[in-house]
Amino acid sequence: MAIRINGTEVAAPDDVRVSLLDLLRERLHLTGTKVGCNQGACGACTVLVDGERVLSCLTLAVQAEGRSVTTIEGLGSADSPHPLQLAFIEHDGFQCGYCTPGQVCAAAAMLREIEAGVPSYVTADLTAPVLVTREEVRERMSGNLCRCGAHNGIVDAILEVAAGRAA
Amino acid sequence: MMPFTYSRAASIDQAIEMAAGGRSHLLGGGTNLVDLMRKGVERPSGLVDVTALPGTIEETGGGGLRIGAAARNSAVAAHPLVRARYPMLARAILAGASAQIRNMATVGGNLMQRTRCVYFQDVAGARCNKRAPGSGCDAAGGFNRYHAIIGASPQCIATHPSDMCVALAALDARIHVAGAGGARTIPMVDFHRLPGERPDLETLLEPGEMIVAVEIDASPFARSTYRKVRDRASYAFALVSVAAGLTMRAGRIEKIGIALGGIAAKPWRALRAEAALRGGPATAQAFEAALAVELADAAPLPGNAFKVGLAQRTLGAVCIELSGSDR
Repeated sequence: MAIRINGTEVAAPDDVRVSLLDLLRERLHLTGTKVGCNQGACGACTVLVDGERVLSCLTLAVQAEGRSVTTIEGLGSADSPHPLQLAFIEHDGFQCGYCTPGQVCAAAAMLREIEAGVPSYVTADLTAPVLVTREEVRERMSGNLCRCGAHNGIVDAILEVAAGRAA
Repeated sequence: MMPFTYSRAASIDQAIEMAAGGRSHLLGGGTNLVDLMRKGVERPSGLVDVTALPGTIEETGGGGLRIGAAARNSAVAAHPLVRARYPMLARAILAGASAQIRNMATVGGNLMQRTRCVYFQDVAGARCNKRAPGSGCDAAGGFNRYHAIIGASPQCIATHPSDMCVALAALDARIHVAGAGGARTIPMVDFHRLPGERPDLETLLEPGEMIVAVEIDASPFARSTYRKVRDRASYAFALVSVAAGLTMRAGRIEKIGIALGGIAAKPWRALRAEAALRGGPATAQAFEAALAVELADAAPLPGNAFKVGLAQRTLGAVCIELSGSDR
């Protein structure tokens, strides 16, 4: 069984210990996905598997067999950027840019989670529709660290895109 | 290079067969196991992927829930019946890790995760009786802010890191397990062991056994919640956490369930505190006093003595939240 990566079928590596992150970067040269901590603490390696955000550093590539993986390269391009990428530029949602691919992938999935009504730890009423607030976005994006401290711009960018989608 | 195998189990029987012999580990979401393999803490000769096994969440005849071991943490927290009937369980799961990790992690894996004690994880630089029995414990005289205040032993002071398990303990969940010798059920409150002389043994699972499902009865609590106190507001392990459920009758506590996280090697079910509170009023002072009874045997360390008072104040705050009273 192959792994579908940004629409292209790729064979799983023979060595089953290879992480999805290393498959993407070292073998397929999709270097948009970043290596941060490589231990599940920073979110820089966030990609989408079947549309859900996961950490590619803690996912074995072989576990993605038969699944569809979307990386930042599949989400948007220089010619056709994702609305979140445009909003990150508009709101200075980065400084060095290293965490940005993971932030954008995480945010794309997060907005779908909110639209599906999935609550968070800060949601007051677990059974009511979820509102897109600054507090909700901060909690839901807490798995993506930005050492430059661009979190305020990141949250502004996400809130703008969320407002645009709701309109 | 050491030979290494990976296989994907299509049934519970097949998983038990594949993992027989004990040299392969079962792989759920991998959020803990893959990390520990990379650090050299875990050295299995192979992995049996059990994420394709049943992860369904279904209502039982008695109005409870049965959750397949392969259910993702995020799926449990998002399930309408969990949100409506077991707020403490939904909130506990949502308090744990990050959204990415909750999407990956399974319920069975959450139960089986290892401590985040930094000395346990430091293969090259630290002694640890849990990782290498008999080698010593560098945490006892080290940085022990995140370590146990009760139920520890001279061999080990590690805490269990799960949030979900704290709620399951307060809800008296049952863990259904299966192995070559057949199936059995273990009460959640007994599932994890205290370290004693053998901190390397963490659960009542026998070699070759695996978790199949978690079952909870219809919630006896009119209100329940989970509150987690940590060094940053999100995406951190608990210093102290409280899962609590409450049912009042004529101004008195009729039913109560309390479990604490972050203070012991297992989710700490506070039966003594519950007994002290039952039949009395739901006030923050009563809750704090009851927890003092519960923690009478606590033996805090220089780095974590604050946890005794923090646990009391957290339980007091939870009482106010559940009873709607601040007196």
